Amino acid sequence: MMQDSKFHHGEAATTAPIIRLEEIRKHFGNVIALNGVTFDVRPGECHCLLGDNGAGKSTFIKTMSGVLKPTEGRILIDGQETTFSGPRDAQDAGIATVFQDLAMIPLMSVTRNFFMGREPTKGRGLFKRFDHRRANEICVEEMRKMGINLRGPDQAVGTLSGGERQTVAIARAVHFGARVLILDEPTSALGVRQTSNVLSTIDRVRRQGVGVVFISHNVRHALAVGDRFTVLNRGQTLGTAVRGQISAAELQDLMAGGQELAELEGSLGGTI
Amino acid sequence: MPVDTPLTDERIRTESWIARLIKRPELGSIAGLILVTVFFLITANSAMFTLSGIMNFLSPAAQLGILAIGAAMLMIGGEFDLSIGSMVAFAGMIFGALVVNLGLPLIVAIPLTLAFAALVGVVNGQLTIRTGLPSFIVTLAFLFILRGLTLVGLKALTGGSTQLRGLREATAQDMLAPLFSGEAFKGLFAALARSGVIDTFPNGTPKVPGIPVEILWFVGLALAATWVLLRTPAGNWIFASGGDANAAANAGVPVRKVKTALFMFTAVCAALLAIMQVMDAGSTDARRGFQKEFEGIIAAVIGGCLLTGGYGSAIGAFFGSIIFGMVVIGLTYTQIDQDWFQVFLGGMLLLAVVFNNVIRKRVTGER
Repeated sequence: MMQDSKFHHGEAATTAPIIRLEEIRKHFGNVIALNGVTFDVRPGECHCLLGDNGAGKSTFIKTMSGVLKPTEGRILIDGQETTFSGPRDAQDAGIATVFQDLAMIPLMSVTRNFFMGREPTKGRGLFKRFDHRRANEICVEEMRKMGINLRGPDQAVGTLSGGERQTVAIARAVHFGARVLILDEPTSALGVRQTSNVLSTIDRVRRQGVGVVFISHNVRHALAVGDRFTVLNRGQTLGTAVRGQISAAELQDLMAGGQELAELEGSLGGTI
Repeated sequence: MPVDTPLTDERIRTESWIARLIKRPELGSIAGLILVTVFFLITANSAMFTLSGIMNFLSPAAQLGILAIGAAMLMIGGEFDLSIGSMVAFAGMIFGALVVNLGLPLIVAIPLTLAFAALVGVVNGQLTIRTGLPSFIVTLAFLFILRGLTLVGLKALTGGSTQLRGLREATAQDMLAPLFSGEAFKGLFAALARSGVIDTFPNGTPKVPGIPVEILWFVGLALAATWVLLRTPAGNWIFASGGDANAAANAGVPVRKVKTALFMFTAVCAALLAIMQVMDAGSTDARRGFQKEFEGIIAAVIGGCLLTGGYGSAIGAFFGSIIFGMVVIGLTYTQIDQDWFQVFLGGMLLLAVVFNNVIRKRVTGER
């Protein structure tokens, strides 16, 4: 299934990266969480970051989104070396992160969630107010672009499926000017159909020229949509492969660190 | 390649307007108000629903409502303040001391009192946020601390009494006094009385001299709070902070500032009530506002606020408070023993919580 996909794929090797992280190391006391990670994202590509639990994926995302500062290493935005002093800095540079909790509030409407913290206003002074009409229009339109027809902009997020919520979070990030979109295991809790919806959302976003970082431990999901694949194991990158040059089995092996899984796989008859 | 998604989803029935109405947070309190009104129309003396009877129950409703609207805003923001009852007494003492002992005019004394209250609100808020403890516990501590400080402070100010008198004399001539005590629109009511529209005493003065100012404050606060909640970015932040503080913060909502501001607002509401009560009574007492924190929270819950935050309305708290005033005063117009009031209160609270829970499930589509 991995060779073929209905998705278009970006020309991975041609354009300059938006963000590049070089030899990132991160120590927590005497624990070495990251030990030399190099990763970059180009516009219009989906770069998958694969790794098993404990490989350092979360630490790395937090570094990329400005939540954590690396102990060593360089971060370059459009070729310029930068440091992020907080998540706001990363957001201002166009690095948006959709964490697993999605930053969505179930009791609030889709529109209120969409614009949470960045409400459009009209009027001034005491009469400065939340421009509901414009917010609703934008929200419905952005969701339609992503292939979701809302019952109404006042529909509570709690009534949406997991995949739809993921899509709202992605649409929100893109609407607010994301150039790089980091998705933290967006498909891990979803069913088959919802997963394919999210994957096609990733494809739409990529087409708009946004660089997508797709974090996953599911090789099938990654291969379905990714242009490049980087495997993280025990805090280190084991190299980056371009689409078509690597098979699911090879990726799986790299993630697990090789032989033990191969033995396991033998006894399980190739079911994982 | 745009993917064709059908404009309607065949699995979702279109909602009737009733179904939409049921999702409004204030619906329960409006239904409750109708129920209570019908009950008293049947059981109570007809004097209850004359103009003076209505003012009679709206006045305590308004006093509670000023607290309840503050409590409701804070609850929507995801926190509790159990110290508002004690805050009424504490702010009353501060106000009394400023006016009587220091002889300050109202234009200075009132802002100072409100600022003091706001400061206590900041302390409550910062302690809750920084320790990460439930606000329930932090403000429970302040329930006792403020009550105790009021007792100690009043005794120190008066030389042993827990009551400070002389406020009426000190404020009677003040320009600002009519804003915080007595009745408004007296001229209008006198004119209405002359033309025979409203009832008068035999000597020609109207039975209701005007609208008690607390009712105007109550209505004004309810409207302002509703405007903020539904029509401003700050309102969105309040719902977001109460719904999920972590998610809100990740989305860029200044959650700490929002919560601190709400604690300040709640305390200021309590102080505003204290100023009005003290000026009306002419004295301040350490027992003022006793157990009002519970009544305020109950009115907010009857008004549709969820105990877990993120949902509710100021209009709901408005109606919740009117229900309250109606029952407290209404029972005196009936043959029913007034002590049933507490039973009623508890029952109403239980009913409201169960009802709100059902509503929440409908809104979020939980099954």
